Amino acid sequence: MDKIEKLKKLMSIENLIFKRKIKKKKRLNRSTAGNIVILLFLLIFSVFSAYPLIFIIANAFKPLHELFIFPPRLFPSDPTFKNFSDLLILMGTTWVPMSRYIFNTVFITLVGTVGHVIIASMCAFPLAKHQFPGKTFIFTLIIYSLMFSGAVTSTPVFMIMSWIGLVDTLFAVIIPAFAFPLGLYLMKQFMETIPDSLLEAAKIDGANDFKIFWSVVMPLAKPAWLTLIILLFQSLWSTNGGGYIFSEQLKTLSYALGQIVSGGIARAGTAAAVSVVMLIVPITIFILSQSKIIDTMSHSGIK
Amino acid sequence: MNSNIIEKESRFKKLRKNVYKNRYSYYLMAPYLLIFGIFTVISVIMSILFSFTNFNLLELPRFVGFDNYVRLFLDDEVFIIAIKNTLILAIITGPISFIIAFVIAWLINELPRRWKWFMTLVFYAPSISGNAYLLWKLIFSSDMYGYANSTLLKNGLITEPITWLQDPRYVIWIIIIVQFWLSLGVAFLAFIAGLQNMDHQLYEAGAIDGIRNRWQELWYITLPQMRPQLMFGAVMQITSSFGIASVSSEIAGYPSIDYAGQTIVLHLLDYGGMRFEMGYASAIASILFMIMLSSNIVVQKFLRRVGS
Repeated sequence: MDKIEKLKKLMSIENLIFKRKIKKKKRLNRSTAGNIVILLFLLIFSVFSAYPLIFIIANAFKPLHELFIFPPRLFPSDPTFKNFSDLLILMGTTWVPMSRYIFNTVFITLVGTVGHVIIASMCAFPLAKHQFPGKTFIFTLIIYSLMFSGAVTSTPVFMIMSWIGLVDTLFAVIIPAFAFPLGLYLMKQFMETIPDSLLEAAKIDGANDFKIFWSVVMPLAKPAWLTLIILLFQSLWSTNGGGYIFSEQLKTLSYALGQIVSGGIARAGTAAAVSVVMLIVPITIFILSQSKIIDTMSHSGIK
Repeated sequence: MNSNIIEKESRFKKLRKNVYKNRYSYYLMAPYLLIFGIFTVISVIMSILFSFTNFNLLELPRFVGFDNYVRLFLDDEVFIIAIKNTLILAIITGPISFIIAFVIAWLINELPRRWKWFMTLVFYAPSISGNAYLLWKLIFSSDMYGYANSTLLKNGLITEPITWLQDPRYVIWIIIIVQFWLSLGVAFLAFIAGLQNMDHQLYEAGAIDGIRNRWQELWYITLPQMRPQLMFGAVMQITSSFGIASVSSEIAGYPSIDYAGQTIVLHLLDYGGMRFEMGYASAIASILFMIMLSSNIVVQKFLRRVGS
């Protein structure tokens, strides 16, 4: 690994020195007219993509009277934190203390994501690196499971949950999330790129598969962890319980915030503040880990 | 004959030996496969089996043959609407979002590095921003304060505010727009990653071989090289476009006006999660399963052929 890092550094230094040369290379088959068309096209689509997000963030900072002026304006002329402080006050007046909803969501998200990363990696390692009877069959099942959404199994999952007594517990949301197939698939594809020689070396040193998994494979799979985390995190973070949770003290943050939002027009500003709270966490994680995630996704292809 | 039996036995022994030799692999996979087996494999099988029964969770399931399916197609007008809407949504949003995701990834890849990073964030952000898509409800709200209405009014294109979400003619198109907004997800990232890791020597070789512009480069070099990512992206986009549900129920309400936003998944959740008609819900789920799986398999077969 060290060697690769050094090589990369060397290459980037070389890049600096020969920047002009590389720039020339990049211009291969590129016309100016084409560049302008591309930039225009991207500009239009990025406005479509970013405008609603910017709008919702701007709304969160608008005082109530500014939310309902005609015609509506994008940026607040008199920005305020009142919506956020209102949100805090409202959170204090809910029937079940808000800290309870926050705890539920954080618990579901943390346990679900950590458990998923560990369990899916444990399964991905043999699938990526060992030959054993049943391997192709298992992997084919996983590929097929990418081809339909969770809604298909929602009815039997509910029945199974009620038989094993998990309905109306947080684990009804957490346990199915452990076996999120996309995460296993991406982890397996990534682990295939780990050089066999490293595993052989550990084996010669007398380590068994558990040891190899934990002390060699897992540290090398860090970029893939981040990808699994962001993918599962955003769905668990915004879960409203998925129809398995009925008691008020087990409901999630997303549900509670939804209740606040449904308070109608007068809460429009607070609603925007709620959305900002919900979106800021996954987006921050993505900003921090983008390059690692792209690195993992480059092995995502189905061969 | 005798040797045949011996051969079989030794093959079985070999298999057992092989399984024993790899026992650590099985131990490692056990927790995942247990959960995956129960909540995916067994659940799909249960769904198909229960679709032939009448089951309400309280009494024992009663075998009813194809009654549920007959009822779905002959007696349930809402289900027919749901199928029609789901197909419209899938046929429009599936392929187009796939192509847009690829085109945008390809264009971003032409940008300098820092811009590439920023634009990836801009395009990927909607798909991970939780319930932020609810803003579209404000954009298409029916009074003159709705952003769409106020813009149209101000420019004199309409004289009366349009009731976007209460008019069956517009509902499905608004769902399509919102779905597009959300659709640059995992597939988009896979495309970005695939393009970033393309071998530059291929382009140089292509230039020597007479490739004159970026369109030819795309067609003859990039697309064939990207096939694995394209296949992965297709699975993601197809599955999500057939599974549209909460976008519709949150934006257009449930039930939406004249069921204009009803989809198969919403119909399934209605019967399975609210009315507890598990047999009937299972029949809906089985149909959805068949549709998703078969369309995915067909598209995979097709993509495998492209350029080979």
